[in-house]
Amino acid sequence: MIDWIGLGLLALAAFLLLLFIFLRRKTPAVVRRIEAYERLNRAVGLAVEKGTRLHISLGRGNLFTARGGSALAGLALLRRIVERTSVSDRPPIATSGDPTLAILSQDTMLSGYRAAGAEEQYRFTTGRLTGLAPFSYAAGTMPIAHDENVSASVVMGDLGAEAALVAESADREDNSLIAASDNLSAQAIFYASAQDPLIGEELFAGGAYTGAGPSHDASLNVQDILRWLVIVAILAGSVLKLIGMI
Amino acid sequence: MRRIVSVFSAIFAISAGILVLLGYFVRIDPLPQVRDLLIDWTVIIAGAAVFVGILNLIMVHMEKIRTRQKGAGYGALLVISLFFTAVYGVVFGPEDPLMRLSVDAVIIPVEGTLMALLAVTLIYASIRLLRRRVDIASVIFLAVALAFLIAVVLIPIIPVSNSFLQFLAMFSRGGARGLLIGIALGTLLTGLRVLFGADRPYGGN
Repeated sequence: MIDWIGLGLLALAAFLLLLFIFLRRKTPAVVRRIEAYERLNRAVGLAVEKGTRLHISLGRGNLFTARGGSALAGLALLRRIVERTSVSDRPPIATSGDPTLAILSQDTMLSGYRAAGAEEQYRFTTGRLTGLAPFSYAAGTMPIAHDENVSASVVMGDLGAEAALVAESADREDNSLIAASDNLSAQAIFYASAQDPLIGEELFAGGAYTGAGPSHDASLNVQDILRWLVIVAILAGSVLKLIGMI
Repeated sequence: MRRIVSVFSAIFAISAGILVLLGYFVRIDPLPQVRDLLIDWTVIIAGAAVFVGILNLIMVHMEKIRTRQKGAGYGALLVISLFFTAVYGVVFGPEDPLMRLSVDAVIIPVEGTLMALLAVTLIYASIRLLRRRVDIASVIFLAVALAFLIAVVLIPIIPVSNSFLQFLAMFSRGGARGLLIGIALGTLLTGLRVLFGADRPYGGN
């Protein structure tokens, strides 16, 4: 038995992604301005100049569940941040609430330093598992903003209500907060806590806005096309329902 | 050598990903069996990752203690507590009364306290929202949050028509579904990037 609809949609998305990666290698995408990512780019530069750290919270997204997507987006952003801050005296710190994610964050950081030709800068203690339960993760993450000379906090991944505690700890230290989550509760919290909140799929645009390469630009293009397809499908479904055909 | 490892890990990750994905859509033998086998292996690796993660936690705090960083005292307390709890748990088992007491009298109250703190933090964040960003969206956000809180308190006391509640729920459901569709599309594309090897969080990129 084959699920043709699912397989077809997947094949379409894969084809479009490959096509746009090819196109974006020649002409980079023009993207709209997102204030949070502008702030992030400024924060990266400032951290290197001032000799402060960036703290990247990757959340508790288990990679074996649907929540892993946001964690992977956070890892892609971490990689770019590490590359861009590799000349800094104080390397960024990545915290996570899932052991697999913590291991991947260490590996991602090592890859970032290698790509920047600064492998000796890597410290395994900068990729940390701070807790396994939601609140123990928050409790382990909160002191970092205060203790580790952090100037900007990036919270990107799957978090629940505990996101408020993480955001508050960054705010108390007057750090820039760039925050996004795939969880609706956390999004509402970040809307109230962050200077420039990232809503919905903006979470996945981090790579494109930090120059992570054509595949990230292509992802945004394909997301736009698929979003229009979903809109057309919803409208067509509504009309068909209205005229009694389904 | 590093290059060989990098290529091997990429080949293994991509082929395993494709096989698991195909196993979901094409339910023809032996794909579902291969998918289940790969997922079983993943679960075992995830179990081992917990040990690696806890080891990492200990190393981070030992480093803090060794270099006398800020909060080193708390780090020492964590390492000592972790050691004694782990040894006691292994020797006497999780059903031991003292072991249960450490959960019931320490961990649960601490999490409860953090949850209580969360309520205060959220109110404080809402108040500061208007100082930080005075725009129409912030005002609507706070007005809706306030209306929701009032409704939660009043609905059990004052009977409100069900159709009115359904009318209100239509907006929140629509908004939530819109956000979730966007996140689903983002997750799909992120997964495909990993599957194509464009993003390799497992190293060697």
